[in-house]
Amino acid sequence: MSGRAPGRQAATIVQAAPVRRNDVRARSHPAYWAFVVHRVSGLVLTLFLPLHFWALSQALDPPAFDRFLAWTHAPAVRLTEIAIVVALAAHLAGGVRLLLVEFVGWRGDLQKSALALCTAFVVLVGVLLALNP
Amino acid sequence: MTPAAAATWRWLAQRVSAAVLAICVLVHLATIVYATGQGLTAAAIVARLHASLAWPLFYGVFVVAVAVHAPLGLRVVLDEWSGLRGRAVDVALALFALTLLAGGLHAVRTLTA
Repeated sequence: MSGRAPGRQAATIVQAAPVRRNDVRARSHPAYWAFVVHRVSGLVLTLFLPLHFWALSQALDPPAFDRFLAWTHAPAVRLTEIAIVVALAAHLAGGVRLLLVEFVGWRGDLQKSALALCTAFVVLVGVLLALNP
Repeated sequence: MTPAAAATWRWLAQRVSAAVLAICVLVHLATIVYATGQGLTAAAIVARLHASLAWPLFYGVFVVAVAVHAPLGLRVVLDEWSGLRGRAVDVALALFALTLLAGGLHAVRTLTA
């Protein structure tokens, strides 16, 4: 007998190892990336909203508003604009997926199909916008 | 209200607003793709919003839902990613919700006046 309580040593081993393994497993799962995309897109949209409302409220002065709209045709602004709309599509798709998982009980293969559909929808919105003049 | 009851109400408000926003955002995305394809101008935006009372009503509902949804989402992110929580954070988020509500309704009113 070493004099150390055997239970304590065993508990230390049990606590340390599985947490790290689960972390790696969780992060390699598509649902983890769906969570990251949903969260980051939500943050981007939340930061963009006040700017969007401010820009729209400039419509009282149509010439100034048209100058603003002309500015949005600059390549860098247009790319940012497309990225924001794609973020909106991604947040919508991820949100609908969450509602289906929580309230309709989509599990397993249905969840994977939902992720594939979400990705397809986001790509479609991005392509449609990029094709616009 | 107990903290558990408040958390339940926040969860419910987040889900109900998400369901409303799912429809609003789908319509908004279709409008964005269509309107930018037609060439976006101040006159075109104002004309579209004046075409039917349904548009200002739609955007009014959209703004209310987003003013509920975004601050509640931000609350979760602040809590989980930065550890920021407590009464001061809740007050700041309530002010943010009111700012979004006022700013959004002002924008809708400007475009439909």
